[in-house]
Amino acid sequence: MSGAKRRTPEPMQVIKQRRDAALQALVSGVPYINFLGIDFDRRGDELTATLHFKPKLIGNPLLPAIHGGVTAAFLETTAIIELSWAMLWDEIESGRLDAETLSPQALPRLPKTIDFTVDYLRSGLPRDAYARARINRSGRRYASVYVEAWQDNRDKMFAQGTGHFLMPSRDG
Amino acid sequence: MCAETVDKTKLARQFIEAIPHSQALGMTLTTIDDGVAEITMAYDEKLVGDPVTKVIHGGAVSALMDTCGGAAVMSHPAAPIGTATIDLRIDYMRAATPGQTITARAECYHVTRSVAFVRATAMDEDADNPVATATGAFTLERGA
Repeated sequence: MSGAKRRTPEPMQVIKQRRDAALQALVSGVPYINFLGIDFDRRGDELTATLHFKPKLIGNPLLPAIHGGVTAAFLETTAIIELSWAMLWDEIESGRLDAETLSPQALPRLPKTIDFTVDYLRSGLPRDAYARARINRSGRRYASVYVEAWQDNRDKMFAQGTGHFLMPSRDG
Repeated sequence: MCAETVDKTKLARQFIEAIPHSQALGMTLTTIDDGVAEITMAYDEKLVGDPVTKVIHGGAVSALMDTCGGAAVMSHPAAPIGTATIDLRIDYMRAATPGQTITARAECYHVTRSVAFVRATAMDEDADNPVATATGAFTLERGA
């Protein structure tokens, strides 16, 4: 390979911008994520979801506590975005997809939930909540994802969930 | 329907519809009696989970099933004074048809001293082909 020039690494800002644009395109296309007020922080390929507290998320006004359905939706959303992000990551990094022109129509189809189980460990307090998902298995057709959610203390989960998902077919 | 039943339904409806998140999702309680509850949720663009197909997000269906399960527990003859979800499993059979109202029906089929067991089904206008089913365990708080 003498004489062949090694490709200059891209500037960090360019890489970051491309990854953030892809994540943004993925998340902003889903109205329900916006309705609940969920956004995603990215460190490399690791995502952390934040559910920004709003009074309309309350399920028990007396306690008060976040609605169990909101907690379920938060966990399920985190799992779906994690799975989609993992698919998207390869497409973006390899240059098969151009992050600059991503629209919901151009994005890979979202995985479909087959089943989802939520384990409510303590009541959700009326403040922000965080969640991270771990893909335990992702095959060509099916995926199994675990999610945990916490509020003030990372060690004190208020809910955890496991779900199975049908992966979109990738032959166009 | 006797006066007492009407009253109970009205009270329960007010209770459910006063929950901020149930309000935000546009839920309406249509039936509540002896451990059975039915709640509807109209289609709304803001609940869409897939921008391409316009199908409602599974999470909104979960919220509907959870609320309906809790209502079923509260209406059980054991007359609990409170309930909270311990665990809820949802099976998604098919995508709900965009534009159609979703109806959830939950039944509290067994209670112990402190736990209530619930089954629920969610349907759109094609009631013979459920959109999702759920099973859950709820706490049952009894009065002193």
